[in-house]
Amino acid sequence: MMASSAPMPDHPLTTQDGVPLKTKLARAERMNKLKSLALVLPLALFLLLTFVVPIGSLLLRSVDNPEVVASLPSTVKAIGAWDGKSLPPEPVYRAVAADLIKARDDQTLGDLGKRLNMEVAGYRSLLGKTARALPFDPAPASYKDALVKLDERWGDPAYWQAIRRNGSAHTPFYLLAAVDHRVDDLGDITATTPDQAIYLDVFARTFWMSAVVTVISLLLAYPLAYLLVSLPTRKSNLLMIMVLLPFWTSVLVRVAAWIVLLQSGGLINSALMALGITDHPLQLVFNRVGVYIAMVHILLPFMILPIYSVMKGISPTYLRAAVSLGSHPFGAFWKVYFPQTVAGVGAGCLLVFILSIGYYITPALLGSPNDQMVSYFVAFYTNTTINWGMATALGGLLLAATMVLYMVYSKLVGAGRLRLG
Amino acid sequence: MSTSVKLAVVAVGLAFVGQAMAKDLTVISFGGANKAAQVKAYYDPFKKVSGINVVGGEYNGEMAKVKAMVDTKSVSWDVLEVESPELARGCDEGLFEKLDYSKIGNKADFVPGAAQQCGVGIFVWSTALAYNADKLKTAPTSWKDFWDVKKFPGKRGLRKGAKYTLEIALMADGVAPKDVYKVLATPAGVDRAFKKLDQLKPSIQWWEAGAQPPQYLASGDVVMSSAYNGRIADAHKEGKNLKVVWNGGMYDFDSWAIPKGSPNKDAAYKFIAFASKPENQKVYSQNIAYGPSNKLAVPMIDKKEMAELPTAPQNMKDAVKVDVGFWADYGESLEQRFNAWASK
Amino acid sequence: MGAVMSESTSEVLVRFRNVQKSYDGENLIVKDLNLDIRKGEFLTLLGPSGSGKTTSLMMLAGFETPTSGVIELAGRSLNNVPPHKRNIGMVFQNYALFPHMTVAENLAFPLSVRGMAKTDIQDRVKRVLSMVQLDKFAGRYPGQMSGGQQQRVALARALVFEPQLVLMDEPLGALDKQLREHMQMEIKHLHQRLGVTVVYVTHDQGEALTMSDRVAVFHQGEIQQIDAPSVLYENPRNTFVANFIGENNRLSGRLVSRDGEHCVVQLDRGEQVRALAVNVGEPGSPVSLSVRPERISLNGHSEHCDNRFSGRVQEFIYLGDHVRVRMEVCGKPDFYVKQPIAELDHQLSVGDVVPLGWQVDHVRALDPLEHAE
Repeated sequence: MMASSAPMPDHPLTTQDGVPLKTKLARAERMNKLKSLALVLPLALFLLLTFVVPIGSLLLRSVDNPEVVASLPSTVKAIGAWDGKSLPPEPVYRAVAADLIKARDDQTLGDLGKRLNMEVAGYRSLLGKTARALPFDPAPASYKDALVKLDERWGDPAYWQAIRRNGSAHTPFYLLAAVDHRVDDLGDITATTPDQAIYLDVFARTFWMSAVVTVISLLLAYPLAYLLVSLPTRKSNLLMIMVLLPFWTSVLVRVAAWIVLLQSGGLINSALMALGITDHPLQLVFNRVGVYIAMVHILLPFMILPIYSVMKGISPTYLRAAVSLGSHPFGAFWKVYFPQTVAGVGAGCLLVFILSIGYYITPALLGSPNDQMVSYFVAFYTNTTINWGMATALGGLLLAATMVLYMVYSKLVGAGRLRLG
Repeated sequence: MSTSVKLAVVAVGLAFVGQAMAKDLTVISFGGANKAAQVKAYYDPFKKVSGINVVGGEYNGEMAKVKAMVDTKSVSWDVLEVESPELARGCDEGLFEKLDYSKIGNKADFVPGAAQQCGVGIFVWSTALAYNADKLKTAPTSWKDFWDVKKFPGKRGLRKGAKYTLEIALMADGVAPKDVYKVLATPAGVDRAFKKLDQLKPSIQWWEAGAQPPQYLASGDVVMSSAYNGRIADAHKEGKNLKVVWNGGMYDFDSWAIPKGSPNKDAAYKFIAFASKPENQKVYSQNIAYGPSNKLAVPMIDKKEMAELPTAPQNMKDAVKVDVGFWADYGESLEQRFNAWASK
Repeated sequence: MGAVMSESTSEVLVRFRNVQKSYDGENLIVKDLNLDIRKGEFLTLLGPSGSGKTTSLMMLAGFETPTSGVIELAGRSLNNVPPHKRNIGMVFQNYALFPHMTVAENLAFPLSVRGMAKTDIQDRVKRVLSMVQLDKFAGRYPGQMSGGQQQRVALARALVFEPQLVLMDEPLGALDKQLREHMQMEIKHLHQRLGVTVVYVTHDQGEALTMSDRVAVFHQGEIQQIDAPSVLYENPRNTFVANFIGENNRLSGRLVSRDGEHCVVQLDRGEQVRALAVNVGEPGSPVSLSVRPERISLNGHSEHCDNRFSGRVQEFIYLGDHVRVRMEVCGKPDFYVKQPIAELDHQLSVGDVVPLGWQVDHVRALDPLEHAE
């Protein structure tokens, strides 16, 4: 009231030295902004260098296709003139011979062979064989005839189409393969044959298993978290240490311990048989059951902690209030207490689900081949076959799927209500 | 002692260690009993003779690590034990040095196939049928028996991968050892192998590391398994009654290779030359049941020990040489199909 | 109003009979509580923390069970009635409004658990919202409201299902002084309007005096005195009540003689005081005298007093409408005298020795307090 009834000055307010107040304010604000920026800068740089850049370059690898372009430059140029139906013209054959000699000397033949072998099995040996025979002496009249004579596969358009398909430094090959699709000889996208199709199943399995682990963890963690907040401090601290204990042991140690416990001659089976519950050992490990048991054990703290920290902030008087208002204690819990823990439940589920999706060691050691998740294949392609294109395509799709899930989640629950404690 | 003096002492110590490390030769192998035998036969004697300390490391055959080292030009491994497919592939991809045989020895002394462009064979090993003689009343004699779950009830161990497994499936289906790769190169042959594997699938317990089959066999988790013969012989030595069926075994070389850009190339050559000498290979074969790659070592080994080696004539009779070229061409698609099959 | 009051005083709604409560089996938090709560009255349980007042309230609400004894509501024993079936409204210290529900949903909660029809619920919620003047806030969440507004919602929620008894557990503790005083009046007026029985727990004696029909003073698990506020203030039955309610000057001495209603007490330094014999033992036994600061006359005003002494002025404490004078009297250095501003002698200054006195009816001889405060 006071301000609005005061007469408004005709010219802008100034400070005592005559500078307009707004300018002065903006200057002071800018200093503050710069200061906070300077404080954040090291972390931002760190994140940029250690997180954003590597992940970005990794994702780029999934469409990276340098081998053919780099090793067969003149072939790629020459093959552009080919109609793609009959056999390529002579210049293409001549170019391939020249390129292969250079590739052999540069020791890039291996990468090239590996890449083309993914398109057509046997390409690797064809290239090796051809490179060993080159250069032709004396130079033949027709390289086409000479090459086809050397190996009849050079007379099969499929081998040439493989080169033509990879005439660009980028390819959808890996990403398509990661969803069980490929570009066929006609240039259309088709599903891979059922005996080669695997990743859609693996993705579905990954999400299913993660969901199961999340649900089991939630069912176990919720009552435990409730117990933790209702116990007196000393007891709950002791219990909390026991909850956190798995955090302080390495995943491998715990997995090894589970194998010892669950194997057919292990502690649990011996106990069950000694008690007469079963007469033959139960298959508890190297199958889905073992994977679930170990994953839930490892991930349980990630579910308990957010739920606990949310529950800790909920006064027990809410329940009393609801009961005093005439609600049955169970109804009071469900209608009054549970809704207030949703943020913690959501955070716990999201954490456990996202961590589960990336699980690799536990299913690899405790599961059978049909319990392996996407990460297993990422590791398989990274370590065993060194097919980084495939590894990053799978990893990138997993990342994308996780992000989509997160967005769906935040639409449903609201990311603002997420509380990690 | 003042802080600065302490610091100086530490600095001198570090400098000393650094110097000592620069002279060390880093040899990487697959570990286990194999490495123990290498230490006895090669590492320790080599140090005595040359004065070069050998630091032994282990890996699981991940070429990714080698590739990363070579690509970033920070090679810290000097000599590397590799299997044949990795050797061929790595040689093509430029991960390994091309070897100068004048620094190693006479090429003609090696078992055929052992002297390659980028690697020298260390030993011959075999993947064969192994079983626990304490658990089985009658001894299996072939891969056909491996599939006979009525006569030999219980689980079977197989390597989780297409390689070896598909060959085994074909042999169990009656394909002669010498024809295995011919059949496997046809789509019908591949279908046949997978169809055969389907029959056994419920009884298979997969293994990934070479140490697992003897463990599974000893604990009774499986009654038969494909296994590396050296691991079985080693368990046998430890008193476990594990036996090998040589019929239908698949043999191959492990080779020494030098990662491209190793700073200790001269010492690496010296080491490889030393390890290729017949008298040293004899010591190695006495310590682990793998056959020598140097022909001259064979007569030095006595008959009884020889019977345990994959290179013994009677053991080679019905064995298959692993076709590295075949796996280089068909490896990816077959492994992919295997993964798809196994995960269903 | 007065008629309603006298009518309802006759009928007892809640009865505590020999109720005891112990948590550890060794100490009694509530010792042998016998209390009748009359229908329609505003009863306050007043006492310091740990005196057993909240425990008694919680036993009535059903959140604690008596270790022994019986609590009856309208003639029926409550011992085996679970809290959600007692039909008692309750207002909690921190309101306990459900943060994930709007105000309207909060108010509808007790009605919907009772299975009331939706339209009825809406009507009832609307009515109760206008009763606490929050008509426009139905759609708000508790977190979006001020403390006073939340308090009014909590009040409305405890009343919306029309319970015959409403319990309030220090409901105004979190509010600032001005708002608290405002809410005190609002609760009092609501009570008068609705005629509902209220049991109110507080440790603030001012609040208790302002709002209540009767106040029960709790100390060490026992009711020390239960009376109307004026009685409690003017006629405290023992030293604890005298000290706890209002300001009090305490002088300790020994009983010399007793003569009906009155007695003579000799102070520790030898002075003799005539006082009302309220709570004393045999002659020779220790006694604590209680005098309210506003009952003490200074200078000339003290001429007609039964008890006359002199005191030295130590300090003036100015409080706007009156001045508190700290004096040394009978060897007691913190003896307070309350002087209305109009009666204050402006000649008076620190160090002066002046006569003072009080009437025999205004000094009460009580038990010597066993426990130091």
